[in-house]
Amino acid sequence: MNPTTSFVIISLLKIVGIVFLVILPMVSYAVYAERKVSALIQDRLGPNRVGPAGLFQPIADAMKFLLKEDFTPAHVNKFYYWLAPCLAMVPAITTIAVVPFGSTLFGVPMVIADINVGVLFVFAIASLGVYGIVIAGWASNSKYPFLGGVRSGSQMISYELSLGLAVVPIFLLIGNLRLTEVVRYQIDHGWMVFPFAGDWKNPAGWLLAVPMWISFAVFAIAVFAETNRLPFDLPEAETELVGGYHTEYSSMKFALFFLGEYAAMITGSAIIVTLFLGGWHFPGVPDGSHGWIFGLINIFVFFAKIAALLFIFIWVRFTLPRFRYDQLMRLGWVFFFEIALVNIFLAAAIITFFDR
Amino acid sequence: MAEGPPSVNVQIDGVWHQFPKGTRVIEACAQLGVYIPRYCYHPKLSSPGNCRMCLIEMGLPRMGPDRKFELGADGKPVINWMPRPQICCAQDVAEGIGVRTSSPLVEECRRGVMEFLLINHPLDCPICDQAGECRLQEFSVEYGRADSRFLENKVKKPKRVQIGPRVTLDDERCILCSRCIRFCQEIAKDDVLGFTERGGHTLLTAHPDKPLENNYSLNTVDICPVGALTSSHFRFEMRVWFLKETKSICTSCATGCNTIIGSREDVIYRQTPRENVAVNSVWMCDYGRLNFEYLTSPERLLEPEIFSGNKLQPSDWKTVISHTALQLRHFTGWDIAIVASGRMTNEELWLTARLAQQLNVSLIDIVPRKGEGDDILLSQDRNPNTNGAKIILGLEGKTGANLEAIAASVAEGRIKALVVLGEDPTQFGITVEQLKKLPSFITMNILRSAATAHATAVLPSAAYAEKRGSMITGLGRLQRLNRAVRPPGQAREDWEILRDLLQEVTGSNGLGSIEDVFRQMAESIPPLGGLSLSKIGDLGVKVMATPENSTTPLPPGEPADEEIFERPLVHAPK
Amino acid sequence: MAITVPRPKLTWFERLYLPAIVAGMAITLQHFKNMLLGRTKVTMQYPEQKWDAQLPEHYRGAPALVKDEAGRIRCVACQLCEFICPPRAIKIEPGEIPVKDRFSKVEKYPREFDIDMIRCIFCGMCEEVCPEQAIFLRKDYAITGLTRAEMVHNKEKLLEIGGIMHGVVLKWNEKK
Repeated sequence: MNPTTSFVIISLLKIVGIVFLVILPMVSYAVYAERKVSALIQDRLGPNRVGPAGLFQPIADAMKFLLKEDFTPAHVNKFYYWLAPCLAMVPAITTIAVVPFGSTLFGVPMVIADINVGVLFVFAIASLGVYGIVIAGWASNSKYPFLGGVRSGSQMISYELSLGLAVVPIFLLIGNLRLTEVVRYQIDHGWMVFPFAGDWKNPAGWLLAVPMWISFAVFAIAVFAETNRLPFDLPEAETELVGGYHTEYSSMKFALFFLGEYAAMITGSAIIVTLFLGGWHFPGVPDGSHGWIFGLINIFVFFAKIAALLFIFIWVRFTLPRFRYDQLMRLGWVFFFEIALVNIFLAAAIITFFDR
Repeated sequence: MAEGPPSVNVQIDGVWHQFPKGTRVIEACAQLGVYIPRYCYHPKLSSPGNCRMCLIEMGLPRMGPDRKFELGADGKPVINWMPRPQICCAQDVAEGIGVRTSSPLVEECRRGVMEFLLINHPLDCPICDQAGECRLQEFSVEYGRADSRFLENKVKKPKRVQIGPRVTLDDERCILCSRCIRFCQEIAKDDVLGFTERGGHTLLTAHPDKPLENNYSLNTVDICPVGALTSSHFRFEMRVWFLKETKSICTSCATGCNTIIGSREDVIYRQTPRENVAVNSVWMCDYGRLNFEYLTSPERLLEPEIFSGNKLQPSDWKTVISHTALQLRHFTGWDIAIVASGRMTNEELWLTARLAQQLNVSLIDIVPRKGEGDDILLSQDRNPNTNGAKIILGLEGKTGANLEAIAASVAEGRIKALVVLGEDPTQFGITVEQLKKLPSFITMNILRSAATAHATAVLPSAAYAEKRGSMITGLGRLQRLNRAVRPPGQAREDWEILRDLLQEVTGSNGLGSIEDVFRQMAESIPPLGGLSLSKIGDLGVKVMATPENSTTPLPPGEPADEEIFERPLVHAPK
Repeated sequence: MAITVPRPKLTWFERLYLPAIVAGMAITLQHFKNMLLGRTKVTMQYPEQKWDAQLPEHYRGAPALVKDEAGRIRCVACQLCEFICPPRAIKIEPGEIPVKDRFSKVEKYPREFDIDMIRCIFCGMCEEVCPEQAIFLRKDYAITGLTRAEMVHNKEKLLEIGGIMHGVVLKWNEKK
């Protein structure tokens, strides 16, 4: 077997494994978790009919979505109407390609494509997600989806700025855009926001944590906005816009939007974990070169961190009310943009002073 | 304007007003908008004053020693109020009298009278057909007691008595107002009702050998203030509060009595007369009133049909209209005869005339329809719109003069296309065999008949309560039909069918609505000039002099035609 | 008249909103925790647990027609319920009781009496308006059916739900 063939086979295995065995079930169960957690927060029981504690609810939901009438309204632009749900789902899943979700397993690096422009790739693909929504809003040829699409477009563009600026300090520090390098750095020097691993006694690390925390906060909030999650879910604000951009969609096409949102959440969490929370690293657990069991533990740690972040996503959704649109825009342009910008200079100053 | 009777000054509820001499006090109050409760009084009947419900306080002007009115500080006569109440239905206004319509004494009197009336009245409002339009019910809300002080047993009287073929009597509900008796004496001239027994056992009954079967018997049901007299036809059919009331006219004879059609969910339940002093006063004959059963007949034509493939087949309107027009254009004017109907509205007749003109048809007529008339309301001419047909189709003198010629031409085979609108050709001398041989026989009708089976095109049309339009009565009065229910199945309003047919023959004609048809018709027919459908109003307009040979009676008890316009409308009961 | 709602003046600390957000999240977390530990009371689990035994006297379930002790359908088809019914669920076809019938004195009865239970909103106006004490809201609440026709209660069904009513005013007896 020549190296190219084995590379292709291994990559395919990784893609199939991560997408179909981990991400998609995770998406389904994120929906379940959303319903269950929201129920518990609201003193309800949540899904409890299908299977023990309602655990088979996602399967029932999937069946329902598949069996529902796939209705195409007469007045829509058919081509874009069909295209939009795909555009909403695909970028969210594609982004996962460059994220290292583990150390190594049997000597194979647990990242689908370890490319040297990792974070740029993430931004490039993730920002395509807005097309799905804008096209859905436009193709539906109906006022509520249209308003939802317009809101979504401006919201995403606004928050992408903060999102991009917030990660600049990290790459000032590391000097490399490769995400595996970011994880490697954090193993050596401590997590960006909790620098207690590696040479954690270095005061420079702790001082650097200040801009890192600011970056983390701005980035996390921007991810909320990018994934249209409450308190930034104005594109689909049901009190104002019926269902927003997906009002005219039904059956599996609606499901694609719905799952795309959760896939985007998972991807967003994965990026946050990789950039700020040490990726697959957990203090005291060696990487996969010490045995396949540790490789598996690394993967588990990575997804456990994602799960914790997802819980925070849900928790926030069922605590905070929705912003008004002008507040949302003010927040994005007047606060987060400036904070992220100043933060870059702060980080640069610290890095220059300590010459790291 | 004719010189009216002299006016007198009357004080009503403290305010002085002027009324023509001879006005009844109850009517004077009604003209001021004060409705005095009454049971026995009816504006079109005599006043016996036996129900005592209309009691009021009255006073006469105080006379000085010089036999002149003493004037008070306001320069008006001082009134000596009578200590006892008076009935106002039998009292005419007089100079200087005063009336109080709602004093404590009057209210007390009304409460007392109500209590007496309710002593023997059963508590069967839930099953009584009068409920909802019952004066006893309304005034017992205003003046009745919640409980009864009457401890004895109520007097039992016969219920469910058939006093005539169309009227059912419930004697327990009767409050002995005698309106029905007076109606039979004074208007119907058929004195068959009367009271027997005495006191609390007084009983309304029909003469043992003479049932209440005259043609005006159902008017007693209308004027009965309670539910004692009920229409056997309407009895227990529908509660009156569900009925949608549509103002229309009766089309059963040339009199054109004004009516209210009571319908619910496209079903007509009853027809009642509507006041029009120039046409029918407030009455209506039973024949016309009940003549709406055929609207729901199983014989109704519901689908347009066209002759193809050797048989008559149901089709859609578009196809049938275009095929009909094709059939007609195939022949020259000499080959076509049109028989219209005196039951058609002016608009429909005008469209027919336009169609005839377009096709160069000269053989055109309507079918006369004669019946026995009387001198109350029923006309011998049973066509509601003979006058309209005459002026619009240009028929001189008698109608039906061309029918024989048409029948003869059909028999000889000279007529290739026969158009019959709303009539049955077998009624004027054309046999079914002759119809079968006709290359084209187009008929527009409501009901299926022996003739419609042999048509080459059947156009189902609407009955009088299903369409709008106007007609001219035997006395020359233009009146309006209104739509109470929708035509069944695919049947359409006649004017729409004729309009489409005309359009198919001539191209576009700008007739979008029936108002358009009337406007164009008014331009070409002089007697209708300057009128529009809305200008006709609910009571109609006199558009032509009464023809000399008219058999249409003037309304009973109303002044002659010319005086009607000078006289204010009598206050109609609520 | 327009009213200007006074807005509270916030301190810079309040204007950060972060303390309020944290406090809010603490509250929701508290609820989450209590639910998870089973400390919160939850609602009745309907199909397994039922409320039937505790239904209050005034409970408004399915409307039904009743008979009196003599076995007479109390309804006389006055159609007041049909008139008052806000969603127009009731349809009555009145009929006349034949002269030879045991209850011929009553004269009128409902030949057809349909209540469309898809439309019915259980408001109880029919019961309130009925002058004959003939229609009552019973405690049946699980009204189900697979077709629309099945959801229309006809006279037989209504009488079956209604049964016999005791202690109502007998106004149609002979001594009236």
